[in-house]
Amino acid sequence: MEPELPTSLPLIPSETSTGRELVPVPRPPNPGVEDLEGRLSDVDGWGRSERMRQIARTVYDPIYTRWFRAEWEGLERIPRAGGALLVANHAAAIPSDAPVIMHGIEKEMGRPVYGLADFFFRGVPVVGTLWSRAGGVTAHPDNADRLLHDEGQLVLVFPEGVKGPSKLYKDRYQLKRFGRGGFVETAMRAGVPIVPIAVVGAEESMPILARSNTLARLFKVPFVPLTANMVLFGPLGLVAYFPAKFKLRVLDPVHFDVPPGQERYSRSRVMEESEAIRTRIQDALHDMLSRRRSVWFG
Amino acid sequence: MASQLSDGQSNGGQRILVTGVGTFWGGRTAQVIEQDPSVEVVVGLDTRAPTVPLERTEVVRADSSYSILSRLVRATEVDTILHTHLEVDSTTIGSRALHETNVIGTMNLLAAAGAPGSSVRKLVLKSSTLVYGSNPKDPYFFAEEAHRTRPARTRVERSLLEAESYVSDFADDHPDVVVTRLRFSNVLGPDLDTPVSKALRLPVAPEIFGFDPRLQFTHQDDVLGALCFTAAHDVPGIFNVAGDGTVTWSDVCRIVGRRRMPITPVGTGVAVGTLRRLGIVDLPLELQSLLRFGRGVDNQRFKDAGYRYRYTSAGTVEDFARGLRLRSTVGDRQPSYRYDPGVEDFFRRSPAVVKRPTRGARPPGG
Repeated sequence: MEPELPTSLPLIPSETSTGRELVPVPRPPNPGVEDLEGRLSDVDGWGRSERMRQIARTVYDPIYTRWFRAEWEGLERIPRAGGALLVANHAAAIPSDAPVIMHGIEKEMGRPVYGLADFFFRGVPVVGTLWSRAGGVTAHPDNADRLLHDEGQLVLVFPEGVKGPSKLYKDRYQLKRFGRGGFVETAMRAGVPIVPIAVVGAEESMPILARSNTLARLFKVPFVPLTANMVLFGPLGLVAYFPAKFKLRVLDPVHFDVPPGQERYSRSRVMEESEAIRTRIQDALHDMLSRRRSVWFG
Repeated sequence: MASQLSDGQSNGGQRILVTGVGTFWGGRTAQVIEQDPSVEVVVGLDTRAPTVPLERTEVVRADSSYSILSRLVRATEVDTILHTHLEVDSTTIGSRALHETNVIGTMNLLAAAGAPGSSVRKLVLKSSTLVYGSNPKDPYFFAEEAHRTRPARTRVERSLLEAESYVSDFADDHPDVVVTRLRFSNVLGPDLDTPVSKALRLPVAPEIFGFDPRLQFTHQDDVLGALCFTAAHDVPGIFNVAGDGTVTWSDVCRIVGRRRMPITPVGTGVAVGTLRRLGIVDLPLELQSLLRFGRGVDNQRFKDAGYRYRYTSAGTVEDFARGLRLRSTVGDRQPSYRYDPGVEDFFRRSPAVVKRPTRGARPPGG
């Protein structure tokens, strides 16, 4: 019995490709002998499946264009080739910003984006597998370095971590601490620029009214929120977002004039750069919010 | 520490000791190495008889912890030791025997190799990527220096870690000896039984519900290739050995042509215990976590050292599937060889046997 081989997959990415339906799957850096005849699977070394992305894009596109009506500004600041670390503010109980950014860049630029997240997902059945097939990768420094330096991919990271989506509605658009600046060190080591992105709209898509630490400990999850969506829609509110208008502004990339591949970088320099990027995103958010007339219409 | 050659028989070639010559790996490695005319002597050591025909390898039987080793190393003046005898399949061996083979066996081997005036110049260890474990916090591709993200829980992982730490100490104490540690990812091949291959031979392959891990495979030919490569070249250090790329378990099953049978993700231990008691399949703890989180290693360093892989991970699975399909038609290959010391001795030493150079141009008088 011959196994079914997916023969219709794009094997080689081309720089000139303008096809928006199919994002090219990057070839593994060291293709083996068998790979010349056709790949046996469309799942790459990171667990991302082009077939799954295709389905996700089809399902998600109406949400992106009709529900959130996402609007980009300065998309040309994201490099068309080579590695770059995308850094954004993080919000909503079930973060709505990550899919918008990943879908948006794939749709508008035709480049795959790998989203770094907590290892929590990896242990959850079904959800963990889907998350991985959709381009999620656990936020381990080695993973980020391999993606950015060895493979030259776009990697999305939210330095606020879980502190971002777990913040209450009253604290909206106030950036939390950017971890310990690990993302800056990662970019320095990989020798790639950091591209900051300011996102407006996610906070209002699933605002948190209250959260319980006791329940979180009980269920062994990062946090248990009570969202406005749950109050209004009942159980449906667990998954249904409010149709907040999404606006995304890409800020000027930050290049570091340090030699890549070092074991360690100056702690003070790392913290300084991290704080500077945080401030720039915060300022951009304030600017965007001051221009925003309506949460729903922008 | 050049070997002191007392008699005129030596032609100055490599003198190699292969441990575990009764296992598939040891036997096949000895078989390949003895074909190399630049290798003067091949000594094979094991508790069991070899399962493959060997032309000129001198087979020595020992107890499982290799207590005769120091005598053997002194007497044969071997300069290279290929330590292939580390058990990685906990389903076929008891925990006591596992410890005896992996830890005590390695310890005795190193004691013999490190004795004052030892002739040993090179030591190659056949270890496994099991030493990295398989946990949610793991990096997707372990580098050789990477540490486990959780302490080892299973006996086989612990014994491998202990054996490796002994070898690491040995390397520190003997800077003049080339010490190579090869960490092989899951091995598959047409001639081989591993916990993974046994699971894939079932009518339906087990999976843990909701998990589809990334796995890497090394072809059996690449294991032999890697062992022989390190025997022939001096490449000190630790090396991951794994075919390029990763394959998800669902794709492995698809390539092999097996449907998957989900096992509950909660209370997996109980379910697996039942399967084992019913005699259906034995999924050891290390395989359960592998089926959950998978494992990947960075294989670049061994390539940089000059090794060329014959198979990718996916190609390994494909070749395994070919072997499986053949077997389902023609049945299991019967072992065509049985070791008999008397017969071996006759063919090697009797004056009645006419010596003529065979495939491997055996050195005169060797």
